[in-house]
Amino acid sequence: MESSGQTNTQSAPARVIEVQHLVKRFAGAEHAIIDDLSFAVPADSCLSLLGPSGCGKTTLLRLLMGLEEPSSGVIHVAPAQAKHMSYVFQEPRLVPWRTCLENVLLPLELIHQNNQASQAYALDLLQQLGLDERLQHFPGELSGGMQMRVALARALVTEPKIVLLDEPFAALDERTRFRMQDLLLELKSRLQLQYVFVTHSIAEAVYLGDQILLMDSTGRARDWRGVDFSERNQALKLAPAFNSIVQTYSQLFSEMERNSTASGSGESRP
Amino acid sequence: MTKRIKAWLVEKYPAWIFLAVLLLGWEYVVAQEWVASYLLPSPTQIFQTTVELWPEIYAATLSTANSIAWGLGWSAVSGVTLALLFFAIPIVRRAVLPFCIFFQTVPIISIAPLLVIWFGFGQPTVRASAFIVSIFPILANTLTGLQETDPHLKELFRLYRPSPWQLIFKLQIPSAIPYILTGIKISAGLAVIGAIVGEFIAGGGLGSLIDAARTQQRVDLVFSGVVMSSVLALLLVFIIEVVSRVLLRGRPYLRKL
Repeated sequence: MESSGQTNTQSAPARVIEVQHLVKRFAGAEHAIIDDLSFAVPADSCLSLLGPSGCGKTTLLRLLMGLEEPSSGVIHVAPAQAKHMSYVFQEPRLVPWRTCLENVLLPLELIHQNNQASQAYALDLLQQLGLDERLQHFPGELSGGMQMRVALARALVTEPKIVLLDEPFAALDERTRFRMQDLLLELKSRLQLQYVFVTHSIAEAVYLGDQILLMDSTGRARDWRGVDFSERNQALKLAPAFNSIVQTYSQLFSEMERNSTASGSGESRP
Repeated sequence: MTKRIKAWLVEKYPAWIFLAVLLLGWEYVVAQEWVASYLLPSPTQIFQTTVELWPEIYAATLSTANSIAWGLGWSAVSGVTLALLFFAIPIVRRAVLPFCIFFQTVPIISIAPLLVIWFGFGQPTVRASAFIVSIFPILANTLTGLQETDPHLKELFRLYRPSPWQLIFKLQIPSAIPYILTGIKISAGLAVIGAIVGEFIAGGGLGSLIDAARTQQRVDLVFSGVVMSSVLALLLVFIIEVVSRVLLRGRPYLRKL
């Protein structure tokens, strides 16, 4: 099972993100939050980062974005993509005194690209996300799902090649979450994006990822494999193939939980 | 607007009733001569005096209002500017801020004589006095507002590698606006005190009207001076509220963060 990742990516043409022996240890912490993690994301592939709460998924994503510095190890992002990354936080994180439209234009202002063409693109994005009637609303006047869509538009307005998403739909109700998942898949094919999606929901990880990296609570990669579905829509979640993969991960999850309780707290790993 | 004023009057009716009871009781106490009227004049007497001497009182109020506006206006401008300077250049803040805090603890009444020596009798000293007491809360509040920007928003901005200027103008100043408004409101009350204290010593305005009335044993006139100075303070807070609402109309989220 540990070798499945290798076979998966050997034939891949180009690696867009490559992580080798990554370690992140926060100052004063006893254990590393990410411990010797290696994986790669090939071109045109989307990665789901799956794992229990507190296993370092968010930290890994922040390392990929450059919001944190690795303690050791290497993160390599292909130069063509490295300059075109964007990030969606766990919460919408909108600027409260800016309207919906102004929030989406903020990145363009900051990178000095707030011109007519990019404004038109911003409006187009907002329309695609069903926010064209909310342009002048403030974040405080929008529902949680709408706020998240504004955050998504803000992340996409700079025309990124890679989007890093940190459990963006976790706080939404189920129906909205499903709609957002489909929206993300749609945007991915339309805008030719790649994304890294952090989640603790197995079904979400399987639904959205071409590859799934499972991390355990010690910050190591537990499993890494590709999943291949010819078509992704909500009906897929009822398909036996989908459910057998979800089942496999559920078993891995409970195995991990058993291991961590059996070896007790503060265990030393081999 | 009138609807809201009406709602406010209705909402605050216990206070209005209490005020009426208080004034009637006061009037009664004086009418019964339980207290000598040269110590405590009745409300009607104070009102009559105010009407009688209105030209004088009005001129004094206007002069005090002028000093307050001058002092508060300049302390708002220079307080915010200084705070920005302190924020942008930390070494200046570390060098100068301790002395600002120390200076702030010196009672205005103790430096007022010094102001008279420097600026002479009259309005310049009064203005300086209003300015000195009102600058610190604005400075301190603005600095706090600039420093306590939401770290999450700061991180969001950091994704796009902003310049320091972009951070200041697009993030830190907008975040500080509610703090600046609070600072100005606190300072408004202080500026009134500063002006009256300045006038006690340097002359002019309501301060010297009150002081002169005291020496003449005109307690009724003292009272109308006192009433006018609190009316000034209330009016000032009201004006600040209205101006900030007008300036930030369409941006309600800058007033309440």
